[in-house]
Amino acid sequence: MNERQPGMSLVVQTVTRWLKGFIFLYGVYVILYGHLSPGGGFAGGVIVASTFILLTLSFGRERALGKLGKLMASELDSFGALLFLLIAVLGTAIGGTFFLNFIEKNWPTGNFHLFSAGIIPLCNIAIGIKVAASLFMIFIILAVIRVQEVRGKRKLITTEKRRKER
Amino acid sequence: MVELLVGVFLLFMIIGALIALETTDLLSAVISMGAVGAALSICFLLVGAPDIAITQMVVEVLSLVILIRATIRRDLTTIEGDRDFFGLMATLAMICGLLIFGFSAFLRLPPFGSPAMSQSFQAPARQYLNCGLKETGAANIVAAVILDYRGYDTLGEATVLFTSILGALAILRVYSRKKKQ
Repeated sequence: MNERQPGMSLVVQTVTRWLKGFIFLYGVYVILYGHLSPGGGFAGGVIVASTFILLTLSFGRERALGKLGKLMASELDSFGALLFLLIAVLGTAIGGTFFLNFIEKNWPTGNFHLFSAGIIPLCNIAIGIKVAASLFMIFIILAVIRVQEVRGKRKLITTEKRRKER
Repeated sequence: MVELLVGVFLLFMIIGALIALETTDLLSAVISMGAVGAALSICFLLVGAPDIAITQMVVEVLSLVILIRATIRRDLTTIEGDRDFFGLMATLAMICGLLIFGFSAFLRLPPFGSPAMSQSFQAPARQYLNCGLKETGAANIVAAVILDYRGYDTLGEATVLFTSILGALAILRVYSRKKKQ
């Protein structure tokens, strides 16, 4: 790895700059159309997270963390989980059953529409946010922290500190 | 009959857990925990939840491998001398029994293309397929099952993911530990 310029070569960086928006958009599409076409919150969340992982690999950590910080990712993770739970509890509050599909399910216009399946699209969005944020968090945690020998002892250390010590 | 068998296995699990707590050898404790997990898997199978039994078995095998790998560096127990005749015969008998059981189970599998669930008319899968679009309004039947009929399962899976992230953060965090020092 080059010390002065973090990340990969110019070819990879240019291709990433062109493709990152499309990959992100495809992930959002897979999440939003989860109740109509194959896909859903889990698969779409992984695709969205792969955008940020691609950014980290090709441009280095600072660029990806500038787009989605560690605190922001952690908050999004908790937000997605709580939103999913809130939808489930709202079913209890409105209809008396946990995970009741309380929104109108079959619109007169037909079934194959974006707003058709009641709470299922909302659940997909919540799971998508949660999965994307948590996969990005796992990648960042595993990429930032290294085991290093410090004075004969093996220690967990962040890459920032290692750079400072050099 | 099933209640009696589950009771026997529950007793076995309690004894195994007590052995795991009381023994001084780490490797024996890990192996007795594995026996407890296997008995729990058989209990799930007996009360009619084969998918949970499979999950429990897979998780148990994986965690047993990880735990043995983690403890074997700590205190390594090696057996010296020849293998005794009784142990060898018991192992061979066990393997033969498993082989016969597996072969007879293989012969009883339903033919390809006609799943066991399709033979009963009250199977949930049949109702999902017939009324899924009408009841949930979702054209994708997979989304209808995991987020409407089986939403509780999905909540559990999301909780597992959330907890694993929490554990990874708690183990790999270095910032606050540094501040205290």
